[in-house]
Amino acid sequence: MKSIAELDAIRKKALNNMKVKKENQGYKIVIGMATCGIAAGAKPIMSAFIEQLEKRNISVPVSKTGCVGVCRLEPMADIIDDMGNKTTYIMLTPDKVEKIVQNHIINGQVVSEFTINSTQAIF
Amino acid sequence: MHIYSSHVLVCSGTTCSSKQSILIIDKLKDGIKRKKLNEKIQVITTSCFGLCTKGPIVVIYPEGAIYSNVTLNDIDEIINEHLVNGRIVKRLLSGDNNENNSYETADFFKKQERIALRNCGVINPEMIEEYIAYDGYQALGKVLTDMTPEQVIDKVLDSGLRGRGGAGFPTGRKWLFAAKAKGDKKYVCCNADEGDPGAFMDRSILEGDPHSIIEAMAIAAYGIGSDQGYIYVRAEYPIAVKRLNIAIKQAKDMGLLGDNIFETDFSFNLELRLGAGAFVCGEETALMTSIEGKRGEPRPRPPFPANKGLFQKPTILNNVETLANIPVIILKGANWFKTIGTKKSPGTKVFAIGGKINNTGLVEIPMGTTLREVIYDIGGGIPNGKKFKAAQTGGPSGGCIPASHLDVPIEYDTLIELGSMMGSGGLIIMDEDNCMVDIAKFFLEFSVDESCGKCPPCRIGTKRMYEILKRITEGKGEVGDIKTLEELSETIQAAALCGLGKSSPNPVLSTLRYFRHEYEEHIINKRCSAGVCKELLDYIIIPSDCKGCTKCIKVCPTKAITGMIKEPHIINQEECIKCGACLEACPFGAIIRK
Amino acid sequence: MSKNCQCGEDKVCQLDNVIKEHKNIAGALIPVLHEAQKIFGYLPMSVQKQISKGLNISLAEIYGVVTFYSEFSTEPKGEYQINVCLGTACYVKGANDILEQFKKQLKIDVGQTTSDNKFSINACRCVGACGLAPVVTINEEVYGKLVADDVKGILEKYQV
Repeated sequence: MKSIAELDAIRKKALNNMKVKKENQGYKIVIGMATCGIAAGAKPIMSAFIEQLEKRNISVPVSKTGCVGVCRLEPMADIIDDMGNKTTYIMLTPDKVEKIVQNHIINGQVVSEFTINSTQAIF
Repeated sequence: MHIYSSHVLVCSGTTCSSKQSILIIDKLKDGIKRKKLNEKIQVITTSCFGLCTKGPIVVIYPEGAIYSNVTLNDIDEIINEHLVNGRIVKRLLSGDNNENNSYETADFFKKQERIALRNCGVINPEMIEEYIAYDGYQALGKVLTDMTPEQVIDKVLDSGLRGRGGAGFPTGRKWLFAAKAKGDKKYVCCNADEGDPGAFMDRSILEGDPHSIIEAMAIAAYGIGSDQGYIYVRAEYPIAVKRLNIAIKQAKDMGLLGDNIFETDFSFNLELRLGAGAFVCGEETALMTSIEGKRGEPRPRPPFPANKGLFQKPTILNNVETLANIPVIILKGANWFKTIGTKKSPGTKVFAIGGKINNTGLVEIPMGTTLREVIYDIGGGIPNGKKFKAAQTGGPSGGCIPASHLDVPIEYDTLIELGSMMGSGGLIIMDEDNCMVDIAKFFLEFSVDESCGKCPPCRIGTKRMYEILKRITEGKGEVGDIKTLEELSETIQAAALCGLGKSSPNPVLSTLRYFRHEYEEHIINKRCSAGVCKELLDYIIIPSDCKGCTKCIKVCPTKAITGMIKEPHIINQEECIKCGACLEACPFGAIIRK
Repeated sequence: MSKNCQCGEDKVCQLDNVIKEHKNIAGALIPVLHEAQKIFGYLPMSVQKQISKGLNISLAEIYGVVTFYSEFSTEPKGEYQINVCLGTACYVKGANDILEQFKKQLKIDVGQTTSDNKFSINACRCVGACGLAPVVTINEEVYGKLVADDVKGILEKYQV
């Protein structure tokens, strides 16, 4: 690293890469992969997302992130769209993933019953 | 058989047909042919999908996209965008996606203020680019190109940041001592040996934002004039270790670690060292001894590590959460930082809330938030309608805070006044079903196990205290036990070598302070009203539920149960050894523990 | 595997390579012990002697370090390491009952290994999965939100 200018260039490029893009159906999937997430089964969830996307022949980036702090609701995933809207799905199972890909990613319909706001236990 | 890669289904039910679906099919087929896709894409007319109010409906597989209210004018777009370019035409979907359902909108999140956890759950921790995108390494760039080491330390001093590892020593002061110390070599260490049971905030930062620690350590190194750092991390955290290794490699590859960073004279290298399962290594002198490859035993201070630390050289040791605050303070300024939290404890603190609480998890709150807000507003209260009894902070060095102090603002000094301490941030909530003598015993057992054995007050004292507590919970407590516990505590506090030893009696002292009646109940009445201490409970047969099957009589090892067949049995309390065999054997649930 | 090793598989040779790689690092002993335990599964006297020679540290000091840290073991361990978390969060949620149940099912005490070398039970410090309390880990697998009745079923999975 030579200068702040070089760092800024990397920053700009990275920000651009992180943007949710049209050719990816305008979505990005981010899965919580800290110890709590992995212990609760985040790895099979990630595979399920990838498998469902491949089956439907569409490309949406799937990436991982750390813990947001509600470990008891893991496995969790955020679906971020190109408008910056973020939907957090909780306590995922491969079956839920299939429905989320079908309804949300493909047909733009949030699967409300699986989101974090669906549970009354969350304050 | 010809295999098509895509299928376009058009509804030709009555309702859709009346809405031009025949014309739509023709236009689709025509368009697909013109694009020469008719070998790959098949158009099929289907019967009603049952979405008639939204018709005409076009469904495309394999994606399964459902387009509704399709008109002839939409067909070209569907063909060009979806069938040719593989992009779903969002405006034709029936979905309405404007509601926000993210975790940020949940109430438990709104009361938080995220500084140390700013990137956790936001960026991909295995990609340095994502950290940089979120202003990562900007602070390092700023200090190296724009600030003197003195200015860096001044800024940290001015921010009032205090060590988040437990004791709350001002971070800037620590740095200043090390900067002033003379030495040809100086070290920066990060304490990631998070050992307090129930605390996992450091792990979360290491796993979710490892670069923030690397950047902060480089800033600290510049401040004190060091070129070598060590991160001492628990071996029990394999994912954190893996991500730290990735992060260190990426930073090296990008020239953010190594020689002449930002083309300055500043060089900094970083090594990872794994702990090996010794709680005492969280103590600063013990941690440094362990990095040196020896038994991790503490040593007396002075000399303080700022003068003689790792390999006898001036060293600073900061906790993970403390370091995570540094880049933000550099970028946003000390004055900004002081607007958060309280005057004596600026900033935020991350707590790991666990135990008998609805929302178990990690929260980052401004200092000065009350325990009541944390437990009820953020934590969602106690499950199953039970009553709050106490909150334990500070792990084996801390104490219990009872319901009467729920409204005290949480900061370093208030917690110490209450006989507890901030600790690293474990916050365990206990309800009426938890026995406080048992909890004190639990922590003392921990301290006995983890005492390194170097100094007698800790090695022998905690053991004696544990034995007394064990006796009390077994119904063999004697009058005078409480006094002995207090005397032992006093001796250990005064004479133990290290901070962990000195604070090991805290769980007993604080439970004695607020829950003395529970100790007395155990000792004098031989009762445990929380129903935890097994030896103090009675097994009782409820006559109305007992069918007289004699199963319990057969399993009782001491023949304490008597009764005729088909008549309610009775347990003779004098002979019962409380093994619980009868309770397991009873098919009718007629035996209870009380 | 480093090029220096001719035999390829020999554990002693592997350890020699580890020692060579670490020889010039300050405070090399603990990282070497970690690696050695990975290679051998535990740290018998022969391994400690080899390290003593390789790093030029007295055997007494090495033995002192090995026995100080709970991560290091001088005894072979069972194929499946059952770690029952006794962190505070797990403890208040009944981890002790889970531990008792494992002891009862396997008829061994904490720190012991079953006679067929299949299972060892350890009571471990907080694994940091407090959201899932009470937690048990068996090798890499994590079992959360357990009740005592789950124990039998979990063990059956490994007994095949």
